[in-house]
Amino acid sequence: MTGYILKRLLSAIPVLLGITVIVFLIMALIPGDPATAILGSYATPENVARLNRDLGLDKPLVSQYFIWLSNMLHGDFGTSFALNRPVIDEVLERFNATLVLAGTAFVLCAIFGVMAGVISAANQYGWADKTITFAVLLGISIPSFFLGMMMILFFAVNLRWFPVSGMWPIYGDRTIWVLLHHLAMPAIALAVVATGVVARLSRSAMLEVLRQDFIRTARAKGVDERGVIWRHALKAAMVSIIPVLGIQAGFVLSGAVYIEIVFQWPGVGRMLVDAILKRDILLVQGGVVFVAACYVIFNIAVDVAQSLLDPRIKT
Amino acid sequence: MTEALKLTDLAKSFPVGRGFLGGARGAVKAVHPITLSVRKGETLGIVGESGCGKSTLARMLVGLLKPTSGTIEIEGEAFATADPAAFGRRIQYVFQDPISSLNPRKTIRQIMEAPLKRLHNMPAEARKERIAEIFDSVNLREEFLDRYPHEFSGGQAQRIGIARALAASARILILDEPVSALDVSVQAQVLNLLADLRAAFDLTYLFISHDLAVVEAVSDRIAVLYFGSVVELGPAEEVFATPRHPYTRLLADSAPVVGRPLAAPEAAGTDLPDPLNPPPGCAFAGRCPHATDRCRSEVPRLEPIGDHARVACFHPLPA
Amino acid sequence: MTGFFQLLARNRLALAGGVVLSLVILLALVTPLLPLADPDVTDTANRFKLPFSEGALLGTDHLGRDLLSRLLWGTRLSLAVGFAAAIVAATIGSAIGIVAGFYGGRTDNLIMRGVDMLMAFPYILLALAIVAALGPGLFNALIAVAAVNVPFFARNIRGITVGIAHKEFVDAARLAGLSNTRIIVSEVLPNVIPVIVIAMSTTIGWMILETAGLSFLGLGSQPPQADLGSMLGEARSALITNPHTSIVPGLMILVIVMSINLLGDGVRDALDPRLKSGALSRPMAATRVDRKGPLPAPTGAGLLEVQGLQTQFHIKDRVYRAVGGVDLHVAKGECLGIIGESGSGKSVTALSVMGLVASPPGVITGGAAHYEGEDLIGAPYRRLRGMRGRNVAYIFQDPLATLHPLYRVGDQLIEAIRAHRPIGREEGRRKAVELLTAVRIPNPEKRIANYPHEMSGGMRQRVGIAMALANDPDIIIADEPTTALDVTVQAQVLTILDDLRRSRGLAIIFITHDFGVVAQLCDRVAVMYAGRIVEEGRTADILGAPRHPYTARLMACVPEVGGGKRRLEAIAGLPPVVDRLPEGCAFAERCLKAQEACRRDEIPLVRDGASAVRCLYPNDPSREAAE
Repeated sequence: MTGYILKRLLSAIPVLLGITVIVFLIMALIPGDPATAILGSYATPENVARLNRDLGLDKPLVSQYFIWLSNMLHGDFGTSFALNRPVIDEVLERFNATLVLAGTAFVLCAIFGVMAGVISAANQYGWADKTITFAVLLGISIPSFFLGMMMILFFAVNLRWFPVSGMWPIYGDRTIWVLLHHLAMPAIALAVVATGVVARLSRSAMLEVLRQDFIRTARAKGVDERGVIWRHALKAAMVSIIPVLGIQAGFVLSGAVYIEIVFQWPGVGRMLVDAILKRDILLVQGGVVFVAACYVIFNIAVDVAQSLLDPRIKT
Repeated sequence: MTEALKLTDLAKSFPVGRGFLGGARGAVKAVHPITLSVRKGETLGIVGESGCGKSTLARMLVGLLKPTSGTIEIEGEAFATADPAAFGRRIQYVFQDPISSLNPRKTIRQIMEAPLKRLHNMPAEARKERIAEIFDSVNLREEFLDRYPHEFSGGQAQRIGIARALAASARILILDEPVSALDVSVQAQVLNLLADLRAAFDLTYLFISHDLAVVEAVSDRIAVLYFGSVVELGPAEEVFATPRHPYTRLLADSAPVVGRPLAAPEAAGTDLPDPLNPPPGCAFAGRCPHATDRCRSEVPRLEPIGDHARVACFHPLPA
Repeated sequence: MTGFFQLLARNRLALAGGVVLSLVILLALVTPLLPLADPDVTDTANRFKLPFSEGALLGTDHLGRDLLSRLLWGTRLSLAVGFAAAIVAATIGSAIGIVAGFYGGRTDNLIMRGVDMLMAFPYILLALAIVAALGPGLFNALIAVAAVNVPFFARNIRGITVGIAHKEFVDAARLAGLSNTRIIVSEVLPNVIPVIVIAMSTTIGWMILETAGLSFLGLGSQPPQADLGSMLGEARSALITNPHTSIVPGLMILVIVMSINLLGDGVRDALDPRLKSGALSRPMAATRVDRKGPLPAPTGAGLLEVQGLQTQFHIKDRVYRAVGGVDLHVAKGECLGIIGESGSGKSVTALSVMGLVASPPGVITGGAAHYEGEDLIGAPYRRLRGMRGRNVAYIFQDPLATLHPLYRVGDQLIEAIRAHRPIGREEGRRKAVELLTAVRIPNPEKRIANYPHEMSGGMRQRVGIAMALANDPDIIIADEPTTALDVTVQAQVLTILDDLRRSRGLAIIFITHDFGVVAQLCDRVAVMYAGRIVEEGRTADILGAPRHPYTARLMACVPEVGGGKRRLEAIAGLPPVVDRLPEGCAFAERCLKAQEACRRDEIPLVRDGASAVRCLYPNDPSREAAE
């Protein structure tokens, strides 16, 4: 097992390098002088000169890449000109908030999505199935930002159950309950789409598995229907559900960008959008590389979970 | 020139496992060097259990798979590269699963026209005539031509597969388990059709099957394959009646026959040797009741025995 | 193609989605012709007018622009961008996927590594990076959304292409002299296109959402031009005071995406061949029973007595009569063989006994199966479950598919016991080892920790037998248990079964298509054709002198080892399809002895001592012997 984890970690290195190359190449698409692009059009000549030296912007593209890479490996992601603060500090702080939001939404979508899918499949064409199928359809069709806005309107403005926005109150204690109170609406709004996708896939994976011969074997030996569904079928279906959960984690992370804007959540997504609008290139670059790297690590965890479930995967 | 097909030391190994940079870690020998020849007009049966390499051998013979070593001579001409189009005019293949060997989105006419158009550059008018001719010889109605494969039963689809092979005007057909997906009553129809076609068009067959009785019923000679090697080769009427190799004997005794009481010819350990780690000597030594130390250390070669047969065994059974 | 539209139209939800979507698209197309206010003209004096007010049907926004006009123009833009992104992504992605999947090897490796890297990004990061580099704007947003979707298509289509590239018809095309390019165009592409259409129809809604999302963030369409996303984005600051400016574009997005998704599901269902046959239905815990007419009373013959069993498959409007009235019985310690060709109903008969026929589409429509006087067909599910495996156990054909791939074989054995009585860990383990020993698996202590894929076919089937033995049942129903095995392995498995029967006094119902196996194992045999038993009797009698013409002809078809090269007897024609059974004898069509009477009425199974035959003109054993 340890061997497998090590092997997967090793195989992540080329992927991580690939990510940096892709981000670097995309950023190289920016028209005009890079130093001006990074510092904005009001930059002083001294600052431009310093940046050119630090990032090797006057050197060929390949050396620029390696200078950038080696800086990052030393923990130096550059300095955001708009915030006048090291990129890595800002990203780390913001990423924490995103992690709280996206992590909660992910757990919600995994649990409710799989459960809804199983119940739906087990009662195929029954009323539970029809209800869930319709709810799922609604869920995957509604833009999460619109859903978030409607939730604010209804639950925060009309019913006053939850605060309108933010992660913490401006005044007052920062306790876990306060956090949960602020987290509830954005996390649910974020989880809805992913839950729909997971439920849909779990349903079809379950239906696929329930037709397999080994399910008939389980029934033939007298296993009761609950055991057939939740032990035999779900375990086999998880083999195709887990990779989807991995992909959905990426979707949740992506959706967080909208939700953070709608709910004024101080996360990395909102930071990125602000940075793009202000053309704070180094912050965008650093933020994207950092979050993508975290996602790669997460996907390794997904692969490991998959190999624990399925003995047919060579470890 | 009476030899339709001649294989010299034909072998295939597949790379297995992937290293970190994509290099292969080892190789599995699917087919050990085989030397065989098939006379013109003959049916050579090839029999073996799953994993013995019979399909790999067949795919090499039609150029779908490149041999690792050895040569293939078809009608006296050596074929060095694996190019199915070059092979296709001389040798054709009839597949095991008749339905999946027909493209579900093409009509039978389109399927039949492909070899005529691509291999023989035949003009449209001549194609039509030729297809009608072939369909007649395999007892299929011409109205089938405008239907799609899913409208046919297994037996009919297999006839279409045979018709396609004939359309290429090849003189040699590789029949890879052509009837094992069919029911017995239909199986007999197809086997008889094949026999008629062979007589009518002077064809040479390589008939591959796991079913001893079927192979025996259609073949002139039979080669028994075990773990990628030919272990016995002889006239059809003798191979199973008086097996010389212990494995052939085991096969013959295992086949369920009406009127013979049930007896497990072998207690346990029917598993094939591990292909990643093959035994140094005879591959069958582990299961063989007559195995000696020599068998376990040295690979027996296929040597002539008696008048017509050949066997790869140090201790062949008496005739 | 017409079949496709018929299927689509039959799906009411998809139809509704299609109608709504067509309306929206139509509206978007005619927008420039409609008498609408200019969408970009500001009129701050009339800002935030409510819907249904004078001169502005849907009200106005924060700059006093007419919302209806902006909505229609925005819809037009959103649809155009969404569809364009989908087509671009599908074309590029599918092309990449087909090339990678078809050529395989290094090409595939290189391409898919690249795709994996793109997929290593949460997609929006990639889109944001692209927009950051190219600058905000609707066209750049389109590029970004298309670019992040390319890998999804590439991976999806590659998987399908790999499957098709290994199909036998592609080999056949190679042998017919087709070049690689031609194979891609004429063999691969036609089979991939439905998948591309499905992938497109299910992702297009999502792409519209994504472009709207980027515009919502202010990175897509730039003012004053507006698509639905940027309308929402601009309205957000006035959400609490003037919610209608948000709700109008938001609902429009919802309507569009929902109708696309409904239609997309319909397209998928209509194109997916598995769904056409209704195969994606989940089989219920027990076969549906819908018996009409009087139930036969048990006569007390044997341990298990099946009487007048009828099982049908209801697929769409067709009724397949797989089993059309079967009577049989098996006594303690006896082995009854059921022999027949595929489609003869032999397996369905066996599965019906314990309600294991997949349902839907299977329905038991008549007859009874009496076990010690109790009718199993009518038994409630709880009772049936209690008896499955404990009284009547099954062994199935393909041991790889019939064992759960993710549980160790030992645990599967223990579960079989636990389904009927509580058992401790240690005792369970001991019992599992005992069972594996009983089926002569070497090293049983080690083998219980194996997963099915770690065993050979013969070993797996022994586990299957061990599992059937777990609760000491009285009857084992074996459904072609050796068909998937090699002959040498088959001989061993049959020996084990035969020994167990003798040592434990088991009753076995053995289903096969192989006369040799029947001869070696079974005391009695029933021959089935088109859902009925045509002949039944002692194995030696039937094999020695078959009375039904079908039995006789079928036996003649089967070559036997030792016969030498010869011409085989064949039966012309095909078995009848069981949804269109002929009147009278189902075999009459292919029978050389058939008379007028054979095609007229129901022909009864006539019993004569130990044997029975369903034929008006059976072969006469004494006369045949004399000849």
